[in-house]
Amino acid sequence: MNGWAHHLIIAPVLLPLAAAAILLFIDERSRMAKGLVSLAAALLLVVISFVLFRIESGPNDFEGVYLLGNWMAPFGVVLVLDALSALMLLLTSLLGLAALVYSLARWHTVGAHFHTMFQLLLMGVNGAFLTGDLFNLFVFFEVMLAASYGLLLHGSGPLRVKAGMHYIAVNLAAALLFLIGVSLIYGTTGTLNMADLAARIPNIEPDRRMLMEAGAGVLGIAFLIKAGMWPLCFWLPTAYNAASAPVAGVFAILSKLGIYVILRLTMLLFGDGPSAGFGANVLLYGGIATLIFGTVGVLGSQALGRLAGFSVLVSSGTLLMVLGINDGAVSSGALLYLVSSTLTIGAFFMLIELVERGQDAGANVLAVTMEAYGDADEDEPEEGDGVTMPGTMAILGTCFAACGILLAGLPPLSGFVAKFAMLSAMMGTGAIGVPPTAAVWTLVALVILSGVASLIAMTRAGIRTFWSSIEGTVPRVLVIEIVPVMFLLGLTLVLTVQAGPAMQYMDTTIRTLANPSIYIDAVRNATVITDYDDQTKVSVEGAN
Amino acid sequence: MEIILSIAIGVMTTCGVWLLLRPRTYQVIVGLSMLSYAVNLFIFGVGGVKTNVPPLLTDDVATGALADPVPQALVLTAIVIGFATTALFLVVLLASRGLTGTDHVDGRGDRK
Repeated sequence: MNGWAHHLIIAPVLLPLAAAAILLFIDERSRMAKGLVSLAAALLLVVISFVLFRIESGPNDFEGVYLLGNWMAPFGVVLVLDALSALMLLLTSLLGLAALVYSLARWHTVGAHFHTMFQLLLMGVNGAFLTGDLFNLFVFFEVMLAASYGLLLHGSGPLRVKAGMHYIAVNLAAALLFLIGVSLIYGTTGTLNMADLAARIPNIEPDRRMLMEAGAGVLGIAFLIKAGMWPLCFWLPTAYNAASAPVAGVFAILSKLGIYVILRLTMLLFGDGPSAGFGANVLLYGGIATLIFGTVGVLGSQALGRLAGFSVLVSSGTLLMVLGINDGAVSSGALLYLVSSTLTIGAFFMLIELVERGQDAGANVLAVTMEAYGDADEDEPEEGDGVTMPGTMAILGTCFAACGILLAGLPPLSGFVAKFAMLSAMMGTGAIGVPPTAAVWTLVALVILSGVASLIAMTRAGIRTFWSSIEGTVPRVLVIEIVPVMFLLGLTLVLTVQAGPAMQYMDTTIRTLANPSIYIDAVRNATVITDYDDQTKVSVEGAN
Repeated sequence: MEIILSIAIGVMTTCGVWLLLRPRTYQVIVGLSMLSYAVNLFIFGVGGVKTNVPPLLTDDVATGALADPVPQALVLTAIVIGFATTALFLVVLLASRGLTGTDHVDGRGDRK
């Protein structure tokens, strides 16, 4: 991978940025042009991510290191493409494409600059997945957050503004914690480059180690807020419920971004040495608490949007708990679960809006809970023009059932495969013939119970929505609204059929992550480009 | 110097956290600003507190007599980002005030 292909690493950041800049110049009234530019950028992003993913899934473990500004590794900021980031990039671009197509039906018309903010969100998320520098991670995180503030408020209305205000306040506080953590780590280790940091942490003096660990802990809190770990998660269901459907769909990746950073940093920085396993217990017990809170929330949700919001927490809780176990085989199952649950929840958020369209706003929410969440008199967009879907109820019902099966982790879809991979790895951690301990049984029981709770909640919601609907009106659903949902659910089907190769990829990814020296060496051995014909460079060197 | 800096950070953090937990949006935004000042000073402090030394490496300056330039660069970035996000929060605050007619964070009126 050299020459032009090497520059592909930075494309997932540059392309959305360029698209966002172009979109700013197009008048707000020419929605068609805006939509087309945005769509073209999203499509191209899928192609680029797929190419990068194919390179990473090739036979050789390749770590693509991109030196920004052509500076040597610890001095300049680096972008690092490895198997994990390539996977996350592909997931983001696919989810982004689906949400964007969905929004073209009508949601993008309810406010200004939807497409610009959407592209900037993709840029921030992609940058955060790619970066190999802690402070650069902060910058991309802020780009992503700033865009997400705007997107959450998209469509306006008292409910969104209230949820948005809480969301912004929580995330601003989290950003400050992020800064405290980063500066403590810099103060004790003298570097911000993740690879350099991983190499230095085992050799850090004991009196500084405590401060460094405190910094890492504070930093971790910032990501756990994003991932929604109990008790830092109370903002999440409200915010995701208030967001417009395509925005909530793409927000499914944001909580996974928190999980990704925690996975990346714990595997890289605390793999071995005196600080090995730092924070694993917090993840384990925090994950358990999140899982229980999410499960209870799923069971207690009246509105479908809140049900989906609590499903995000269930998924986060499961992932955090499993990362806390810190076992290779379990983690690779967890990666598959991460991909599957992101696709499911993204599809589910978009589906909810279609299903609820035919009903009176909040008809199935009890009057008591209505009062608690405020009045639902938001600006709803005009009905879009286009081809409506024939057999609407049948298709919506099938998609809803598929979401239920995926969330509960029942066969035959990928939710089952992923949970099975995790649970069988958990049960098999002891030697053959040794029965799993009580602790393992508890964790297994929790995961299964959360699935049962999802199944009960989804069945109840499904019966109420599809079978005992009082009005009996069929919602008017456009083809370009249902196709993205079917596309995401179709991807989980692909994940099911290709479960073998997918699991193999996850295994390789986790094995590479478990050996931080691969990452460290790749970044340290990255060489600056010297053989290009740049006259200015030559003249500067001549002057020295 | 170190004592003054740490007292300043401590006092501002205390005020910031207290204000952040208040029910009025204006108090929340002032609290967030206070906290971000405290954090900015903190970042500045982790590079080691030195007075009257340059952050630039030239031939006639020993490396020990340098101020660490990285925290200075970091704090600059943090200030810019903090400023932008606070401005955005202010807009949302005003929108909330306009929609609900109160400056309570939950949009509820006063309970007396």
